Amino acid sequence: MTAPVREIDGQTELTTAVPVNVSRRNFLLGSIGATAGALVLGFGLPIDGARAQEAAKTMAPGTRVPAFLEIRPDNTARLMSPFVEGGQGVFTAMAQIVGEELDLDPASFVVENAPTGPDYLVVNGTMRITGGSMSVRTSYDTMRKLGALCRAMLVQAAATRLNAPASELTTEPGHVVHAASGRKLAYGELATEAMALDVPATDSVTLRDRSQFRWIGKPVQRLDVLDKSTGRAIYGIDCKVDGMLHAAVQHAPRLGMSVGDIRNEDAVKAMPGIHSVHRLPGAVAVVAERWWNAKRAAEALQVEWQEAGAKPVIDGIRTMPADFSTAAFSQRLANEPGDGKDAEKVGDATAVLAAAKTVVSATYHSQYLHHAQLEPPSTLARFNEDGTLDLWMPNQAPEQFQANIATLTSLDASKINVHSPLLGGFFGRHFLYPAANPYPQAIQLAKETGRPIKLIWSREEEFLRDPMRPMAAVRFRGALDDNGMPVAIEAVSICEGPSENIYGHSDDKIDDTAVEGLTGKAYAIPNRRIAQLYVENPTMLAYWRSVGNSMNDFLYESFLDELADKGGKDPYELRLQLLKDNPRLSTLLKAAGELSGGWKRGPFTAADGSRRARGVAMASAFGSFTAAIAEVSISAGKVVVHDLWEAVDPGNIVNPAIVDAQINSAAALGVSQVLLEEVVYQEGQPIARNYDLYPILSPAEMPRVHTRVVESGEKMGGIGEPGLPAVPPAVANAVSTLTGQRIRSMPLSQYTFDS
Amino acid sequence: MKIQINGQAHDVTSEGDTPLLWVIRDELGMTGTKYGCGLAQCGACSVMVDGEIVRSCVTPLESVVGRSVTTIEAIENDPVGQRVVAAWIAHQVPQCGYCQSGQVIAATALLKQTATPSDDEIAAAMVNLCRCGTYNAIKAAVQDLSGQKVETL
Repeated sequence: MTAPVREIDGQTELTTAVPVNVSRRNFLLGSIGATAGALVLGFGLPIDGARAQEAAKTMAPGTRVPAFLEIRPDNTARLMSPFVEGGQGVFTAMAQIVGEELDLDPASFVVENAPTGPDYLVVNGTMRITGGSMSVRTSYDTMRKLGALCRAMLVQAAATRLNAPASELTTEPGHVVHAASGRKLAYGELATEAMALDVPATDSVTLRDRSQFRWIGKPVQRLDVLDKSTGRAIYGIDCKVDGMLHAAVQHAPRLGMSVGDIRNEDAVKAMPGIHSVHRLPGAVAVVAERWWNAKRAAEALQVEWQEAGAKPVIDGIRTMPADFSTAAFSQRLANEPGDGKDAEKVGDATAVLAAAKTVVSATYHSQYLHHAQLEPPSTLARFNEDGTLDLWMPNQAPEQFQANIATLTSLDASKINVHSPLLGGFFGRHFLYPAANPYPQAIQLAKETGRPIKLIWSREEEFLRDPMRPMAAVRFRGALDDNGMPVAIEAVSICEGPSENIYGHSDDKIDDTAVEGLTGKAYAIPNRRIAQLYVENPTMLAYWRSVGNSMNDFLYESFLDELADKGGKDPYELRLQLLKDNPRLSTLLKAAGELSGGWKRGPFTAADGSRRARGVAMASAFGSFTAAIAEVSISAGKVVVHDLWEAVDPGNIVNPAIVDAQINSAAALGVSQVLLEEVVYQEGQPIARNYDLYPILSPAEMPRVHTRVVESGEKMGGIGEPGLPAVPPAVANAVSTLTGQRIRSMPLSQYTFDS
Repeated sequence: MKIQINGQAHDVTSEGDTPLLWVIRDELGMTGTKYGCGLAQCGACSVMVDGEIVRSCVTPLESVVGRSVTTIEAIENDPVGQRVVAAWIAHQVPQCGYCQSGQVIAATALLKQTATPSDDEIAAAMVNLCRCGTYNAIKAAVQDLSGQKVETL
């Protein structure tokens, strides 16, 4: 229970004052010695003044120290993170990385999401998103240098104060030390002078050698656990400002429809606590003093929805047909004629398959999925007297949201203040998606009412507009040689990827997010053809934790087991053989085998008398590599996953405890997908509008998860997503072994097995 | 209507059929208790009423008149709640944290009724959903609190 964490309390009261235009640099300097005020100001801080923006343009992202760090008189630090915290532990990781080079204990940090601005475009020095498991691996060097630059400024300030050459000064956590004179100054005493200095050149600082790390690589405690265990953490849905009204919507039952007559508008307006009823593109809204009243009234509105016309009601949307059914669409994908476009081609799979004596063919399916993050989407929008607009909303890319809102409102981006609170889960949900972010509605309502509006989508309205993980059918063919070894594999994925769904399809391009996980497999199969056959979906699609890999590794790794069975090979041994010239992945697979107590496929009888089997699968995603083994049994006709053993090689890591938590988390989502999840549409509408009909993994269904991190020392990979893709196929392969029934689609809840 | 929340009496004006969740969040301004589903499916809205766990999203305001409601905001005023919070920190349970107010309330309600619950009792009581999949950490923390020997992070 560290004191700095509690100080975040100061942020829970959002400023209601009309924001004052101050430059960030001045604000941070001015805030020293006025901590409480600084916190309030900081949370509602407007975009940097024009002067600061100009100055930032001349400095590389991630180098302007005062834009990121405030050192307070009590020797704590406030760090503006370019990445949003949504459970993945990035605030703690940022404190570890910056603290390591700054020489300040990460426990002394308070971390917040930075406002918009060019300083924070630290993903490979060019952009800012929290996604793709990119945060730490793309900003690691930059954020280390940032800490080192701040340390150098503190040392320089101490040199002036002590009238000693900087070369004679060293640091220890939170202090500059002059050993020769026995003098020591706390960072907090030096901050005002240090932050007034010019930031030194980035190549003037030397980073610590890895062997000297005190915090990087250690299981440092997360900074947000106390607040999240006591209800003090503030999410978008919790934000409030003075004078705010609440809003709820009723979306059109099918995307593309527009609002016609509202039959009972007057009656609804007369309901208790109702402020007003509004017509929005593809939705109606009710504004009320309290959200519950708004929700009940919005649900009560009897709207004559109009079929979609030629012009879309919202830019970038697909029109949902009245007869759309996922079952029929899945069949259409499986039967779509064509061979697709090459996404990966090695050797001549087509010729080898044509000539082979033994060919295995099978069609596999994946399903639409919801993000189902527990915090429903919301936006708090407030127009200010000075012509600026404040928005508090969950987002994974503040500058992209800001640019979109600038277009929507015709306001200059500098007048749009995007606040990015903690995310109550994200898994890819909070990128910019047409018709799937509440802010256009909240902005319109704030404009029409002249009041700040907090709009919350009910769970039901969320499941109607949540863009989904794509569905695919994949036609596989594999050829075996006389020894039963795979010599050719072909996978034609009939699928629309999320990127082309969101940004537009191009006939001469492959959407990598549709085929990743079919492509990029490391197995030494000499002839490979991976192709995409595009079929436009009438649904809105999205990135979902581990994106294309979330389905494609299930599809590929399950088919690989089919090839192993046909060739009379053990699936674990086959993978080892196919990786025999790949020491990194051989080591990883063996690590998973060892972790599980030695590979044992089964079926076998467990100590409790149940019949069980194990399955194995591997994945390479987001720069990291995983091998997973699952043990399953069947109980009352349903699959039970008992244990998961997962080895991960992310090159090297920052926090082993957070890595372990993320592997647990990714494994849970993988098990949830393979056992339970599927969005089903009939007659153009989703059957499930809440967790009752769209079950997600419950505590009783969670397996034990055993993880091992193999730090190969190779280039750093991602952590949030890579743990997921190998889990569904490991489970499915175990079930196939146990039941003798080949599993070619998810979720397993659609099958009934003999116990 | 008068209700008792976290040891304090409040005069509230919401209609009697308003779910307790929205009285707590919107009328009283305490946002620690979360909305996830509105159907008693997820448990993010869990609070204690006379020491028993209830899902406040489906609990009408009028049903708690004259009873004592405890929300996450008062969790550290309760000795059992303090232990639960400490165990949540020791086991580094939360990830996104959105469900954790409800999880901490559920664990506290369990341990107030049954000081040393068995694994079956833990499984029966700790049923709230967590999309981040912190279930193993939650289980370890509650086992730890129930006097079972478990590994901490």
